[in-house]
Amino acid sequence: MTIAAKFEIEYLQYLDAEGKEVRKDLPEFAKDLDHMVELYKLMLSTRVFDAKSIALQRTGKLGTYASCLGHEAAHVGIGSAMKPEDVYAPSYREYGAQLYRGVQPREVYMYWGGDERGNDYQKEPARHDFAWSVPIATQCLHAAGSALAFKIRGEKRVAVCTIGDGGSSKGDFYGAINMAGARQLPLVAVIVNNQWAISVPRKIQSGAPTLAQKGIAAGLFCIQVDGNDIIAVRKAMEDALDRARNGEGGSVLELVTYRLGDHTTADDARRYRGKEEVDEAWAKEPMKRLRNWLVKKKVWDDAKEEAWKAECDEWMDNEVNAYLETRTQPVSAMFDYTFAELPADLEKQRDHVLSLDQKAH
Amino acid sequence: MAQITLIEAVTQALAYEMAHDESVVVLGEDVGVNGGVFRATQGLQEKFGEWRVIDTPLDEMTIAGVTVGMAVQGMKPVAEAQFEGFIYPMMEHIACHAARMRNRTRGRLTVPAVWRAPWGGGIRAPEHHSEANEHLFTNIPGLRVVMPSSPARAYGLLLAAIRDPDPVMFFEPKRIYRQYKEEVPDDGEALPLDVCFVLRDGTDVTLVSWGAQVKEALEAADALAAEGISAEVIDVATLTPLDFDTIAESVAKTGRCVIVHEAPKTAGFGAEIAARLAEECMYDLLAPVERVTGPDTHIPLFRLEMKYLPSVERVVDAAKRTLAAS
Repeated sequence: MTIAAKFEIEYLQYLDAEGKEVRKDLPEFAKDLDHMVELYKLMLSTRVFDAKSIALQRTGKLGTYASCLGHEAAHVGIGSAMKPEDVYAPSYREYGAQLYRGVQPREVYMYWGGDERGNDYQKEPARHDFAWSVPIATQCLHAAGSALAFKIRGEKRVAVCTIGDGGSSKGDFYGAINMAGARQLPLVAVIVNNQWAISVPRKIQSGAPTLAQKGIAAGLFCIQVDGNDIIAVRKAMEDALDRARNGEGGSVLELVTYRLGDHTTADDARRYRGKEEVDEAWAKEPMKRLRNWLVKKKVWDDAKEEAWKAECDEWMDNEVNAYLETRTQPVSAMFDYTFAELPADLEKQRDHVLSLDQKAH
Repeated sequence: MAQITLIEAVTQALAYEMAHDESVVVLGEDVGVNGGVFRATQGLQEKFGEWRVIDTPLDEMTIAGVTVGMAVQGMKPVAEAQFEGFIYPMMEHIACHAARMRNRTRGRLTVPAVWRAPWGGGIRAPEHHSEANEHLFTNIPGLRVVMPSSPARAYGLLLAAIRDPDPVMFFEPKRIYRQYKEEVPDDGEALPLDVCFVLRDGTDVTLVSWGAQVKEALEAADALAAEGISAEVIDVATLTPLDFDTIAESVAKTGRCVIVHEAPKTAGFGAEIAARLAEECMYDLLAPVERVTGPDTHIPLFRLEMKYLPSVERVVDAAKRTLAAS
């Protein structure tokens, strides 16, 4: 028998579910315990932010919201590994990564609260990132196009996109990794495999034993990572970003995690999955293992946890207030950004809509 | 000065803009060494290299999505859809992202991109190579839909499309790609994207068209002139945003209007013009507005396609009906 091609997919994990080190070669960044505490703090603030968002929705102060509960290690790992000059193309759940890059909670609330200004991220580097992409996986091609622009201009920048396990079924994902492989583009495509695409489980998305291996067909580097272990996520991301930045091509990362919440606040996951499965997933969730590890290293304790939670509460309350105090845009705002300059024909429509609005007051 | 065809004018405009603005890149299937299946990008890769004239994998969705990404990063990509019948996989990126990026980010991110596509029937091409589907794009906010009808307008409008800060669909009527030549100075002068062009003055009836059908409209005007009927001919050129004022002024003068287009009649872009005439010009009209269009069928394979496309005779007959009505 002649073998035309052979491949294997590495699985990367440093901390098990209890926070025990499963290998000794910890990456450099993990030896900086102050930094690891910073990562933990952002994971915790992401969780506080998420709970606040759901509370806002349940009290009628927010529209439909997509929770990130359980994804904290994956998301913060992605955001913390990227350099400011890189570009991020998220879907609509990756708040941990986005908060790291300067998206403000009030902007998330604005967007899910029905106001386009939530996409007008004010702080760098988020300001040059893409806004949430609602049509699944389309952002992968926007990242590939960004990577192509960087390559053409000779810029040492990387484009990162995230999709879910469901998103990895879409042509846009395949198109993006295919383009990246064909042209050696600095693209890192991260599949956040949280096991569920609304009600459809991972096994119905694909017969492939790993989603990471989809990148093999595109000629990319592929790895599967424990997505609840931030050390593993961050390490895999750093390596992928370095390779891309050095002109060694793109990567596909599969971060294996679990969506602990509903798909969105409009969803009820009890309709399609059992409590046992969710309980099992809670035992492997990402906060506990990092907390155990930090406590063992004596850089974190209950008092610090409570103090930081209180700070987060205050931070989020400020953000919520800023959001709730935001006045609705004037009616003309629906016209203002349709084109760079309002065409004469559209100006007439705007004036008509404005006159109706004035009549109504 | 050289006389050039419409497709040579497309090439000339691309070459001019690429030479003067290094953020302009061309991408698509077979646009590189092969110069495009119609040769619209002939010689460009030799001149500008394979990273500015980019052969992509064979996937329209990839071309469209990558175009959005490049444009957001400040490049000015000009993407080619090999035929308008293959543009459908591109539409999600055009409608859901390119056309709404500025709006949904409050101007933070923009998509200054152009999608070129050979458009329409009449060249005895295989199935899916002869569609007229511009009306599927004219209902998308935030998008300009442009169609030239002569070499000079192809050059000037394509330059304008590339320089425009918003996304533009640029449909090239392939039936007249090589129909005739005219002098097109390579002076980098763009034409405005916000006006219709009055190609022929007249007083009795207004013939409104765009793309390849402008030829039939002009020939119909000649035929009508021979019978003492004075027809004004308007090339809409930029369908959206529409310069309706030019059409309204003409109809205020003639009182009659015939709209000619290749696409199916129902909800074709002619329906929009007819509706606007009814809304805004009712009291100027001396006769019902006529539409001469393709029927609401698929364009047939090529043995029958010329029976589908609006003919000069149909345009002349429609114009005469408007005259007979008053």
